[in-house]
Amino acid sequence: MKGLYGLKGITLFCAMALVVISTANTFAQTYKVAVSQIVEHPALDATRQGLLDGLKAKGFEEGKNLEFIYQTAQGNPAIAVQIAKQFVGESPDVLVGIATPTAQALVASTRTIPVIFTAVTDPLGAKLVKNLDKPEGNVTGLSDLAPVAQHVDLMQELVPDLKAIGVVYNPGEANAVSAIELLKSAAKKKNLKVIEATALKSSDVQGAARIIASKVQVIYAPVDNTIASAIDALVGVCNQAKIPVVGGSTSFVESGAVASLGFDYYQVGIQTADYVEAVLKGKAISEIPVSFAKGSDLFLNLEAAESLGITIPESMLQRATNLNK
Amino acid sequence: MSLFAFLGTLEIGLIYGLVALGVFLTFRILDFPDLTVDGSFPMGGAVAATAIIAGINPWFATILAIMSGSMCGLVTAFLAVRCGILHLLASILTMIAAFSINIRIMGRPNVSLLGEPTIFTPFEQSGFDQFHVHLAVVFLLVVFSALFIIRLLTSDFGLGLRATGVNDRMVSAQGGDIGFFTYFGLALSNGFVGFAGALFAQSNSFADVTSGVGTIVVGLASVILGQTLMSSSRIWVAVLAVIVGSILYRLAVAFALSSGMFGMQASDLNLVTAALVAVALIAPKMKGKLRFKSVKG
Repeated sequence: MKGLYGLKGITLFCAMALVVISTANTFAQTYKVAVSQIVEHPALDATRQGLLDGLKAKGFEEGKNLEFIYQTAQGNPAIAVQIAKQFVGESPDVLVGIATPTAQALVASTRTIPVIFTAVTDPLGAKLVKNLDKPEGNVTGLSDLAPVAQHVDLMQELVPDLKAIGVVYNPGEANAVSAIELLKSAAKKKNLKVIEATALKSSDVQGAARIIASKVQVIYAPVDNTIASAIDALVGVCNQAKIPVVGGSTSFVESGAVASLGFDYYQVGIQTADYVEAVLKGKAISEIPVSFAKGSDLFLNLEAAESLGITIPESMLQRATNLNK
Repeated sequence: MSLFAFLGTLEIGLIYGLVALGVFLTFRILDFPDLTVDGSFPMGGAVAATAIIAGINPWFATILAIMSGSMCGLVTAFLAVRCGILHLLASILTMIAAFSINIRIMGRPNVSLLGEPTIFTPFEQSGFDQFHVHLAVVFLLVVFSALFIIRLLTSDFGLGLRATGVNDRMVSAQGGDIGFFTYFGLALSNGFVGFAGALFAQSNSFADVTSGVGTIVVGLASVILGQTLMSSSRIWVAVLAVIVGSILYRLAVAFALSSGMFGMQASDLNLVTAALVAVALIAPKMKGKLRFKSVKG
């Protein structure tokens, strides 16, 4: 019997050795990137496509030197967990989690394989990282929080004698609350006042805007589902008060906001590719700080500006990527 | 499938085995189609996660989660027994209400437990591999739960519970209280589901309000799959069967996730899972038929 066990042990050892040798030998320059996405919808699909295209632009091409594995949990967090286990078992070079639950499931499943999250609004709140500038452990990535500081610059450029920014938001929405905090800190640096008005439902937006419209020179519409559904009411009040609305999302420009600066999710994917590239090239995670998606699309609504009697600076017109006449 | 993925699948299968036990109690034992589980599963996770963040001992947080699940069951039972609402609708009402309550409990749609203490933390520090420890703890808890259910259902009290599902008029005639058995059964069932939610949140480090979606579907599939493959009138076999059914269901998902090599794309996941479960249900019958034919021939 003892001999039999010995034989088994040797066989097992040989099998393990074979696995180790074969993994060590398989094309040293083929990279394996595994992407787990919580659900399929246009923004997240665009992020994934942007990532794939961004990697291609950097010389990582699917089918050549890149193995791109992708799974979607079809909206079910339990499946997201199974995908995470499956991916970790395949030991890819990089794991990418698109949106919060998938990223959390990946982070909970491995402490060694690098995990890049993307399209996560609040990575600190989701506890994916503890330190944005120097991520500890194996996790870093890109947040899709709107570039609020850049919006403040935009407002100042648009209204040169800006003193106070008005903002209407829903205090029940976590995304909006974190945007307002950023707005306050960015405004403070420029000695600007922020006057807040809260709206719990979309029907409250009009009243809230009226209260602050006379005290400010511009109103900021943050990325907030309540504001988004009542953006017309907000713009209406501002038109009466002859002050411009600057949108936190480029989609607000179409509804009458004078300007907005932002990103679309394809660009979020392209920026995520920078992270994947850095990890594939062997950079330590602690040297890859978490950043916020950068927006370079400037949307202007000339018609709205004209009716408010605002002259948009020439430099801004030249930078604009989208003009709504 | 890698060993890591297999152990992970086993763990999720065992956790959802508790859901299957709950669904088995309502659908099979009480004959009460209860959809509350879609609400009580995330509620268990929400309560456990929120309590742990608030600094409460993880084991106590888990007990709170079990109690919150039981509360959901009691609300459904109240609506059905006391208010006379059709059982299906009563459970749907609790299920949809639980969604809002879960957001209230957590204060937001997703609470993370990464880096927080869980019931697994003391065992992780014992030096064993983290993921093996999770599996071992979950396995023991599921075994205890199964033994508890077997013990309960084989007792005199359990006989009354089982009789309520089979012939409630007889139970009344014998002086049993059907209403009480319904309250008890639903509270017990959803307590197990809340327990599963708490384990899921702690093992995977997050509680998400959307994690309840389709819990009932998975639970039912596990019960039917298990009982088709291991059919017996013995209680312990039936209890074992639903847990095995849950593991088999998760294995089907895991195989569907590896089906990329057969030209399937990621969005085909649910289709492939459904096909695999269907095959698992049909295959034993086919085998039986073939044997029958060969005997005849």
